[in-house]
Amino acid sequence: MSAFNWRCRVSFQFAIASSIGAVIALIPAAALADSASSATSAAGWFHSSRIAELIGIVIAILALAIAALLVKRGKRLQLRSLPALDAVGDALGRATELGTPVVYSTGWGGDMGRPTTMASMGILAEIAKRAAEYNCRLLFPSHDPLIVSVAQETVSQSALAVGRPDWYRADDISFVSQSQLGYAAAVDGMMARERPGAVFLLGSFEGEALILAETAHQTGAMTIAGTDSTIQLSFFLVACDYTLIGEELFAASGIVAKDPAAAAAVWSQDWLKYLVLTLLIVGAALTATVGFNLFQWTAR
Amino acid sequence: MKSRLPVLVAFISGALMILAFFGRGTVVDAVSDRALTWQTIVGGFSLLLGAVSIARVHWKKVATRHEDRFYSLCLLICFVVMGGSGVFYGIGSGTLFDTLFQRIQAPMMSTMFSVLAFFIASAAYRAFRARSASSAILLVAAVLVMLGRIPMGQYIYHGLPSWADWIMTVPSMAVQRGILIGAALGAASMSLRIILGIERTYLGRG
Repeated sequence: MSAFNWRCRVSFQFAIASSIGAVIALIPAAALADSASSATSAAGWFHSSRIAELIGIVIAILALAIAALLVKRGKRLQLRSLPALDAVGDALGRATELGTPVVYSTGWGGDMGRPTTMASMGILAEIAKRAAEYNCRLLFPSHDPLIVSVAQETVSQSALAVGRPDWYRADDISFVSQSQLGYAAAVDGMMARERPGAVFLLGSFEGEALILAETAHQTGAMTIAGTDSTIQLSFFLVACDYTLIGEELFAASGIVAKDPAAAAAVWSQDWLKYLVLTLLIVGAALTATVGFNLFQWTAR
Repeated sequence: MKSRLPVLVAFISGALMILAFFGRGTVVDAVSDRALTWQTIVGGFSLLLGAVSIARVHWKKVATRHEDRFYSLCLLICFVVMGGSGVFYGIGSGTLFDTLFQRIQAPMMSTMFSVLAFFIASAAYRAFRARSASSAILLVAAVLVMLGRIPMGQYIYHGLPSWADWIMTVPSMAVQRGILIGAALGAASMSLRIILGIERTYLGRG
């Protein structure tokens, strides 16, 4: 086998074993001279059981291409407004008036490879721009050094974009701990000492979600949260002032970008949602009326 | 070129992973396995960045006599003692590192976790005040589920456990699935934006 461990054209030998009571008789592969005892693996260029996923990807790409084409032809795509995004200005204004900083957390649950963290970075860029304009301090504690590096670059570029490079403080964006509860303790301590006017909890959260949200509430901060975890969403919904629910976090990232291509992506995401909704209704109707299970048929 | 190269790398890596998902035992599959191994190795090295970041931030606070310098000093001492004991005396059972971890760090983490119970109570108290129709529905559903999950619930009314099960498996599950489908579509759309170079936040562009 080559260094890349290619799993094609690899020869295997097999043996037939039979067991009678506790005695196991094993015929060694070498003893079997006929061709039936050996086999050669072949690469499967297409995983046939994943056809439904392929159709899904093709539809998603098509929707994105159509949206991009519409934007190119000058069509203004109407994007929905999200109350949590609309409240960002109020939250930053409140913190500025109080003379307190704002705290931004992407949570402990994700790294830079997670789409939620990437979406959160898009929102961070916009919040950093407004915070720089208002001269409001932004604190960003993180559990991942790579997220810290990306956040430092994002915030410094945002400050530069609004002509406030002097506002950016690299030390305010720092690594605290890789331990989940160590991270929660560090952020809680930061909120208790700094008394932030607003707290943004946007990203991948796990058990630390409610600890952070409740501490933020107890320190009197306005809280805006968002995640794709259904378990942590229930905590955010009861503990925070505004919540971005599931896909709204991804849409928010595209909406704040104010970029036609990103707007096209959000628009296509919305249309995919309508398509899935239609499929669910049609599937339920077919099952209820003629007993045809569309989803089992697709899986087959 | 400075911004195009990372976008190109992201496109190739993303396309490679998609191709590997649909192929079995092909060269692409092997290359994607190797790429994931590289990612893990690079991720390991990033911890060094974190150690430098923590030491720099807190050392600066101590050196500039910041009002929180005592917390920073405490952190730096713990950082050196834990790190040093692990590097020089090992991390096995009975070592200084293990003792510090078992006797100090683990109880502190347990304390933080136990705080969660009080936070659940305080969040529930605020959420369950029937200020609107939605909060009232939440309150009724929560009371039914909580009563249905304890023996006293069955003692009060034998049908309560089945009511609680219905709430969890029908309306609650339907909402969760709706959120999950939406989140999956959002993540897929986000991934496409990254692969096609529309989303470049990972480059730190503000």
